[in-house]
Amino acid sequence: MSTLPSRARCVVIGAGIVGNSLVHHLARLGWTDIVQIDKGPLPNPGGSTGHASNFIFPVDHSKEMTELTLDSMRQYKELGVFTESGGIEVARTPERMQELARRITSAKAWGVDDVEMITPERVKELVPFIDESVILGGFYTPSVGVVDSLRAGTLMREAATALGALTVLSNVEVVGIDTADGHVTRVRTTGGDIETETVVIACGVWSPQLAAMAGAAIPLTPAVHQMIDIGPVPLFADAAGDIEYPIVRDMDTFMYERQHGSGLEIGSYAHRAILYDPQDLPSVEEAPLSPTEFPFTPEDFDTQLEHALELMPDIVGDESVGQRYAINGILSLTADGMPVLGETPEIGGLWSVAAVWIKEGPGIGRAVAEMMVLGESEIDIHASDVARFYAYQRDREHVKARTGEGFIKTYGIIHPAEQWSSVRDIRRSPYFDQEKALQAEFYETVGWERPWWYGANADLLEEYGDRVMTRTAEWESRWWSPIINAEHLAMRDRAGLVDLTAFALFDLEGPGALDAVQSIALRQMDVAVGRVVYTPVLSPSGGFKSDLTIMRLGPDRFRVVTGGAHGMTDLKWFTDHSPKDGSVTITDRTSEYTTLGLWGPRARDILGSLTSADLSNEAFGFGTFQNLQVGALEATASRISYVGELGWEIYLPIAQGAQLWESVWEAGQPHGLVPVGIGVYGTTGRLEKSYRAFGTELETHYNVVEAGMSTARVKAQDFVGKEAHLRHREEVPAAVLCSLTVDDHTSASGEKRYMMGREPILTRRGGPITDARGRRSYVTSAGSAPSLGKHILMSYLPPEQAVLGTELLVEYLGEQYPVTVAGVGATALFDPTNERSMS
Amino acid sequence: MEVLVCIKRVPLSGGRFVLTDDSTEIDTKRLGFTVSPHEETAVEVAVRLIEAHGGSSTVLTLGVPESEEQMREAMAIGIDRGILLETDGAEWDGQATAAAIADAVRADGTAFDLILFGNESADAAGSQVGVRVAHLLGRPVLTGLKGLSVADGRLRGERPIAGGREVFEVPLPAVASVKDGVAIPRYPSVPGRIRAKKKPIERSTPARPPSRLEKVSFTLPAETGKRATVLGNGPEAADAVVDVFRKIGAI
Repeated sequence: MSTLPSRARCVVIGAGIVGNSLVHHLARLGWTDIVQIDKGPLPNPGGSTGHASNFIFPVDHSKEMTELTLDSMRQYKELGVFTESGGIEVARTPERMQELARRITSAKAWGVDDVEMITPERVKELVPFIDESVILGGFYTPSVGVVDSLRAGTLMREAATALGALTVLSNVEVVGIDTADGHVTRVRTTGGDIETETVVIACGVWSPQLAAMAGAAIPLTPAVHQMIDIGPVPLFADAAGDIEYPIVRDMDTFMYERQHGSGLEIGSYAHRAILYDPQDLPSVEEAPLSPTEFPFTPEDFDTQLEHALELMPDIVGDESVGQRYAINGILSLTADGMPVLGETPEIGGLWSVAAVWIKEGPGIGRAVAEMMVLGESEIDIHASDVARFYAYQRDREHVKARTGEGFIKTYGIIHPAEQWSSVRDIRRSPYFDQEKALQAEFYETVGWERPWWYGANADLLEEYGDRVMTRTAEWESRWWSPIINAEHLAMRDRAGLVDLTAFALFDLEGPGALDAVQSIALRQMDVAVGRVVYTPVLSPSGGFKSDLTIMRLGPDRFRVVTGGAHGMTDLKWFTDHSPKDGSVTITDRTSEYTTLGLWGPRARDILGSLTSADLSNEAFGFGTFQNLQVGALEATASRISYVGELGWEIYLPIAQGAQLWESVWEAGQPHGLVPVGIGVYGTTGRLEKSYRAFGTELETHYNVVEAGMSTARVKAQDFVGKEAHLRHREEVPAAVLCSLTVDDHTSASGEKRYMMGREPILTRRGGPITDARGRRSYVTSAGSAPSLGKHILMSYLPPEQAVLGTELLVEYLGEQYPVTVAGVGATALFDPTNERSMS
Repeated sequence: MEVLVCIKRVPLSGGRFVLTDDSTEIDTKRLGFTVSPHEETAVEVAVRLIEAHGGSSTVLTLGVPESEEQMREAMAIGIDRGILLETDGAEWDGQATAAAIADAVRADGTAFDLILFGNESADAAGSQVGVRVAHLLGRPVLTGLKGLSVADGRLRGERPIAGGREVFEVPLPAVASVKDGVAIPRYPSVPGRIRAKKKPIERSTPARPPSRLEKVSFTLPAETGKRATVLGNGPEAADAVVDVFRKIGAI
């Protein structure tokens, strides 16, 4: 038994798959003096790793999760603990068959090519104990496999120990994490105290309790996943290994069945959401089995037994096969289904690596270790960033409500635009009442209720007729309305009013503010007061960390305006990269200011009728802002546009928002002003203009040159990612972001189908397209371009394909459609010279 | 033949017990429930007797409404129906329990040839109820059985004594309490579980007589603490392991 050192470079709490992966990668990357502690015994300290079913299906609709899973599979294979068994997701309904076709789409988009749709008969060949008459088909992934996650953990700990980098202590419990000036200083344990500046919480379901010791939040909830094992199965009597048959996921019943030695393991995500608080978990000593194996509640599994019997009657219906083991296994769930990774925004040096499953554990261990050691991970994990949460999202009730609603969707068919019904109406914009009166269809973005389109605009459908590009297929019509396209056309013809209250705003003030923004933003920030600059924010390797606008309010005052969804991550990035000597004060203004967008050819007439200020292009040019008196209100109008029209983002205190709306609304009536939803702002308006969005086109995997966003010169001042950016400018880009139009939407059934984004782009012969850096070409964003009468797809393409007129294919729901490269780089398909927004 | 088997729902713990704040109950917030291994054996015996001789089996319990879970477990391996004497969770002493069971047997009207018990419950372990039920019903009783069979209207029971075994025979109808080992309880099959959900349970709420035996409080024994001795690593440890096996009589 090791003794507890009094000092450590880093203390990793937890020895499940996550903590073990992390110490391995920290050591591999050169860190030493790492101490890993767990309150339980080794090799199975009693967390969720110990009772995991340990199988891995690589394909997920999320690119981030798929990449992490593929990396994990590679690592498990290197460790020699991976057994390839194959896996089949079976469908009992036509809706699921379409979903499986969509899984194939995602597989190909993320580079998992060895997948296929198979017939019930073929499923039967692979899994002879299935009753193929209850299924319509299956999605077969031969590379699915099972891992020994406990063995993997032991090997990884041993590797780190062999490097002389790691001291492991089991049966030692953390009782406190001390901080000073917002930074961790010490971990207090039952075995003594350890001074340290870096603490990693890799404690699975216990993580919220550990984080709370330091005053931080890791919003997750322990939840039950039920699992039983029946056996001995006569058919498996001679099974030589743990698994010899493909794992079956019975998707429509939210269950899985897998051979496990002589038994059949039946797991379920079909039961009611059974959520606990971390303090409900028993101690290692009190637990009958382990602290995360709760007593089975058979009444929650009744229906599942019947479903398992339907699918595998030869085994499940065998009277000689008994239920030998049954647990309510406890695992971690989050409100949005993604892990919680990275340094906490509350406490410096306190890292979270939580809500991670076996399938992505080693990949996440590597990614977070890279973040800690190198400042950036090879795999972009921004959607899992612990900094993403707003205060209300850290609240326990929020987590419980969303996981309670989301649990049943674990194997569900989730539409990309699907909305939550719980935890709604958390944040209201000041225009909420007016929007409701206009029959707004509200979608939620980080708690804000945002109009996606307005029912009151239904009369525009008649005005624009066929130009609204009506859809007939249910999937693409779900969470969509042709009114979006009508609003778009009315905005381009007249003017539109857009609620942008969800923007995150924060100010940097003080003598160090200019240097701070200069060091973060790619573009020149030493501009005249009154200028607004749209700028990429780069990661150290020159990928996209964010894109946002910065207004120079004064010599020492800057205001950052960024998307709501990513706002808190941006705030942390700016905070982390600003001096701590008091020369810069950062203040979050998100809840103080509202933003109202007014755009369209009549925007100047409308705003002009409300103010005496000179709004002419000469007096109020693009890329500038001015404080305006609008009636009784003082507002800041900023002449920029994400929809490619003349107009302004207007900022003012939230309390005055309703009155501003009224004034603009009234003034706009003679000009045909319409309310316009985010359906236009986020999709149709920007796609016609080839404007990029963070998280789709822009992520750390792509650089500024590839995104077509480099300017003629690079500023002299230093900034994060500059060295890499200068290098990228010298290289031939491996891919170029392009706009493509769909040539023919007609599917085999004759119905017109419209891609939604994240589909693979293929050569005209149907082959995948991979660039020189090994990245697949896929649709980053897709949507209507009503002004062009086209459906637009954006995709990064290798230089040889990134040529105007190149004919390619897009695969969508199992069929291929012809597409043509219509725009290369940032050149927009609509108003390519930007006359509308600039004049 | 008709067989009745009586069981008692008890907390399932593999670890350290936690008591409620007033130390009068085991804190079951984090625990599951089960029946004693002796009662699991009694249920298995009942099922085997019916398989061998025909007839039907009934499971009876006196306990909270949630005791249905343990009755369904018994039904999942073959018991046909249930009698649930519902209580509010208060502890009933052996005398009161036996009286309620005897009343229920009389009220039920089935001519039970054999009433089976586990030798003692897993919690109170009074070893009282079987004997008292037999007395109340005026039937012969065999207790602590490690072997049991029925033939020609007689019950034959065996139990080990120092240096040998005792064998008894009594005429049916009779009462017997068994210890684990008489028969290895089977695991329930999935079809068995599905069938169990549909089997009938008759519920009634007997009045609880004044208790003559009162539970005052629990005290947990002082912990000895878990100790592990590392015998060695790899092949070098083999001799030490063999020594341990010899010592505990495993080889």
